[in-house]
Amino acid sequence: MTKASITLNVNGQSVTTEAEPRELLIHVLREQLEITGPHIGCETSHCGACTVEIDGRSVKSCTLFAVQAQGSEITTIEGLGNPDKLHVLQEKFKEHHGLQCGFCTPGMITRAHRLLEENPDPTEEEVRFGISGNLCRCTGYQNIVKAILAAASELRQTESVA
Amino acid sequence: MIPGRFEYHQPESLDAAVGLLGKLGEDARVIAGGHSLIPMMKLRLAMPEHLVDLKAITDLKHITVDGGVISIGAMTTQAELIGSAELALAAPIVKETALQIADPQIRYQGTIGGNVANGDPGNDMPALMQCLDASFVLQGPDGQREVSAREFYEAAYFTAREDLEILSAVKFAVCSGGYAYEKQKRKIGDYATAAAAVLLTKGGDGGCSHAAIALTNLADTPLYCEEASNSLMQSGVDAASIDGAVASCMSIIEPVEDNRGPAEFKKHAASMVLRRAIELAWSRA
Repeated sequence: MTKASITLNVNGQSVTTEAEPRELLIHVLREQLEITGPHIGCETSHCGACTVEIDGRSVKSCTLFAVQAQGSEITTIEGLGNPDKLHVLQEKFKEHHGLQCGFCTPGMITRAHRLLEENPDPTEEEVRFGISGNLCRCTGYQNIVKAILAAASELRQTESVA
Repeated sequence: MIPGRFEYHQPESLDAAVGLLGKLGEDARVIAGGHSLIPMMKLRLAMPEHLVDLKAITDLKHITVDGGVISIGAMTTQAELIGSAELALAAPIVKETALQIADPQIRYQGTIGGNVANGDPGNDMPALMQCLDASFVLQGPDGQREVSAREFYEAAYFTAREDLEILSAVKFAVCSGGYAYEKQKRKIGDYATAAAAVLLTKGGDGGCSHAAIALTNLADTPLYCEEASNSLMQSGVDAASIDGAVASCMSIIEPVEDNRGPAEFKKHAASMVLRRAIELAWSRA
């Protein structure tokens, strides 16, 4: 089966790669582009560990063929912050112990990022509903929700100062 | 989990997509949001040799309200249904239902066309479309036809859509009365153990001038409950007539035991969600 040439903008950089149509986006990101922030958890669209942002939508990258993302702008956890300059969400997850094993965290933060873009001042219930496509087996979610609410508050303050 | 090999096609018009289906024959499948088909392909329960992706066909992405008729393009996502202010006014039950489908990530991808065309009895939109008395627009090699949602579903995954046809839009009248979509599920993201769509309009005399009830995942197909709907219109909505409508609906459901519970439990859940939906719809009427 012939491979298709696929051009994506990933975390602000244009990249071109080749993939068979049957290759899922998560596999192309991790194995070809070496972007390993999005994790493979359940591979059945349930857990959300593979969540990335595509053209302003949160998407489970295990349930999309890479060829379907042709020409898209993709943001992964790597595009949100880095060890030298953490994103506010990353800082707040650290501060509020929003993670234990950390496996769900990249997907959780990527999803929370889009949630706050769309709703900068969510209630606790809206946060819980908004991350309902992401499973965490360690924390019981309490500290994840606290971290997201704290990040929302700080982002609103930064916004109002700017 | 790696799906089997296939060739990928991305036509830019509905005519081109219908033409491709005709040319490729039964080895081709249409893909919309892909959140039912791709999981099946990963399990290799579906192994199409060709995928015809409808995502580039801009004509299939629209929500219009014109002359009292709402038309929604098949590739409109659940998130777009939820986000449409126009639709929230013209038919608020659509948003209420869409919010109960799957989870946020899946609602960004999943489409109304895929949800109604797939024929999965677990999907929520088919019963809603029956409740709204919607019609489905089907485009095939011989042109366009419309089929009523109440006539569309034949058995699980079998519908009135012919192999070479593509469902391009759903259409239904603006609905102004009381509404409710109530769904019992094990967790967010799950299909319904039982769900009910109800529309009730209060007449000038305090009676019920319009009633429609449809049920999700309680038989091989969605169920439009004609007898219960008619009886509410005749007798009005009170405690006795609600009991009667619930009993009538319970007599036509055929739930089967699965990982969501035994049939008896599903009957119980069905009667609860239906009663709740009727009461909520009437309180909003």
